[in-house]
Amino acid sequence: MKHRENYSLNIKRRELYGLIASIFAFGLAATLPIFNTGYVLSLGVTIVMYTVLSTSWALFSGPTHYISLATAAFFGIGMYIVGGGLEIYSFPILIAIAGCVGAILAALIGLATLRLSGVYFVIFTLGLSELIRQLVTWAQTTMGTSSGLYVLIDVTESQIYWELLTIAAFVFLIGWCINRSKIGFALKIIGNDEKVARHVGINTAAVKIVLFMISGSIASITGAILAPRWTYIEPTIAFSPMLSFLVVIMALIGGAHRLWGPILGVIPFALCWDFITAKFPNQTALMLGLAFLLIVYAIPHGFAGLGEKYWGKFKHWRDFRV
Amino acid sequence: MSNSVALSFQNVTKNFGGLTAVDKVNFDIRDNEVFGLIGPNGSGKTTVLDLVSGLLRLSSGKIISYDKKISGKTSAQIARRGVSRTFQLVRMLPTLNVKENIASGGVFGFRRYRRKELDRKVNYMMSQVGLTGKGMLPITMLTYIDQKRVELARALMSDPKIILLDEWLAGLNPTEMKIGINLISGIRYEGRTVVVVEHHMEAIRSLCDRCIVMNSGQTIAEGKPNEVLNDERVISAYLGVGNA
Repeated sequence: MKHRENYSLNIKRRELYGLIASIFAFGLAATLPIFNTGYVLSLGVTIVMYTVLSTSWALFSGPTHYISLATAAFFGIGMYIVGGGLEIYSFPILIAIAGCVGAILAALIGLATLRLSGVYFVIFTLGLSELIRQLVTWAQTTMGTSSGLYVLIDVTESQIYWELLTIAAFVFLIGWCINRSKIGFALKIIGNDEKVARHVGINTAAVKIVLFMISGSIASITGAILAPRWTYIEPTIAFSPMLSFLVVIMALIGGAHRLWGPILGVIPFALCWDFITAKFPNQTALMLGLAFLLIVYAIPHGFAGLGEKYWGKFKHWRDFRV
Repeated sequence: MSNSVALSFQNVTKNFGGLTAVDKVNFDIRDNEVFGLIGPNGSGKTTVLDLVSGLLRLSSGKIISYDKKISGKTSAQIARRGVSRTFQLVRMLPTLNVKENIASGGVFGFRRYRRKELDRKVNYMMSQVGLTGKGMLPITMLTYIDQKRVELARALMSDPKIILLDEWLAGLNPTEMKIGINLISGIRYEGRTVVVVEHHMEAIRSLCDRCIVMNSGQTIAEGKPNEVLNDERVISAYLGVGNA
């Protein structure tokens, strides 16, 4: 039986095909605004947004199994940096600042919490989003302004789409590089057994913090890019806990153990979510509940895991048929 | 055999709440010797290994390795200083195959290999521990002795100066036991210091230069295996005072 060698750094033919297919897929996706600038493009922005968030979330949470519910915190900070800084800095500079602030915040959270594990980390990250939301609300009411901020900047939906698609390609490139690097191998060992990881010489806290910083930074950049789309942002929108839950669900449905796994969850889930919110707006919580049940009982390793299982069975049948 | 000290335990104490698992223990392990740590269940043997490898923090005292204090360091820092270990219950990396499990020991530790050099070293270690031809197997398909071999190979991958083997021979049948003893004997001839925690007295006799006996967290005897195993205090500790 053959097993892939993760620690090898040589490019294999299968990986090369994957790389070429990815470049082709991104090129194809980039043409969407040329053909449609209405509803389909709007849906495309949503799908690419969740692809970026879920894939970057899975970069950290997939191998380490640390379930982070802090996506909304990073996302909201990115939005508010753009909302609050447009009069001082240009939009591209604010996106860069958002990325840096997201990384710094992730480092601080990581230093405080990543020595913990399991449910404590989950609760902390959920609480963090709520804490930041309350702090922003308090700051705005104390300063005597309205509860939100206007983000008035001349950016089209197509531009937002292309910016997000560029970030998505960047996330996949980072993930691909991580998977082929020492840090990727360290993450796989940590995900298998953190005690063993420490005893083979891995500074587990440092590895996890670096990955959490990458993930947090990307979520902040995504928030910054999307701020002009909302036009008016307020804490309840920017720091919505629903965003954190949706990102986790989509990544798990697709399969967080593979770089390309989350996108398998994002596309069907985003389409279903769009349909449900349009036709049955009061039933969204029901859909979330069903999705959780599906993950736990039917596809614990997501669509990617399911596909790999049946592909393995097919190969076994093909190799041993008489 | 060199006379320099590989590990020195100085008033080492470990408390778990009100329970003292290791109580002011003092002894030295010399460079390139096979040193046995024996005693009844719950006597503190594994706790001593956990303290050396940084899995547990000392309550008081200190551990010195080659003139440098290692107590207070993290497990990763200690591993990078040349101390590696196996565990009482085998700890595998289930989603990785045999080669990757072994390779994990040679990328981040005391000696770090890169690319082709790593591959060569993994193949060499597999041949040393008797796993040739099994490199691509999922770890879950291995027998118990083979899993122990993988764990030993992983611990040896970084060319450690000191290797801690926690009941590595436990659970093996007599044939496997002989293979295991030969494997451990081979390690010392590579110039390493080997610390073994064992319940199997024949293994202690045939492997160890010296050993120490622990009971209720304290050392009760120290010396050559044949002398120590005939000590009345040791026999009492194992069999109970009335039966000794």
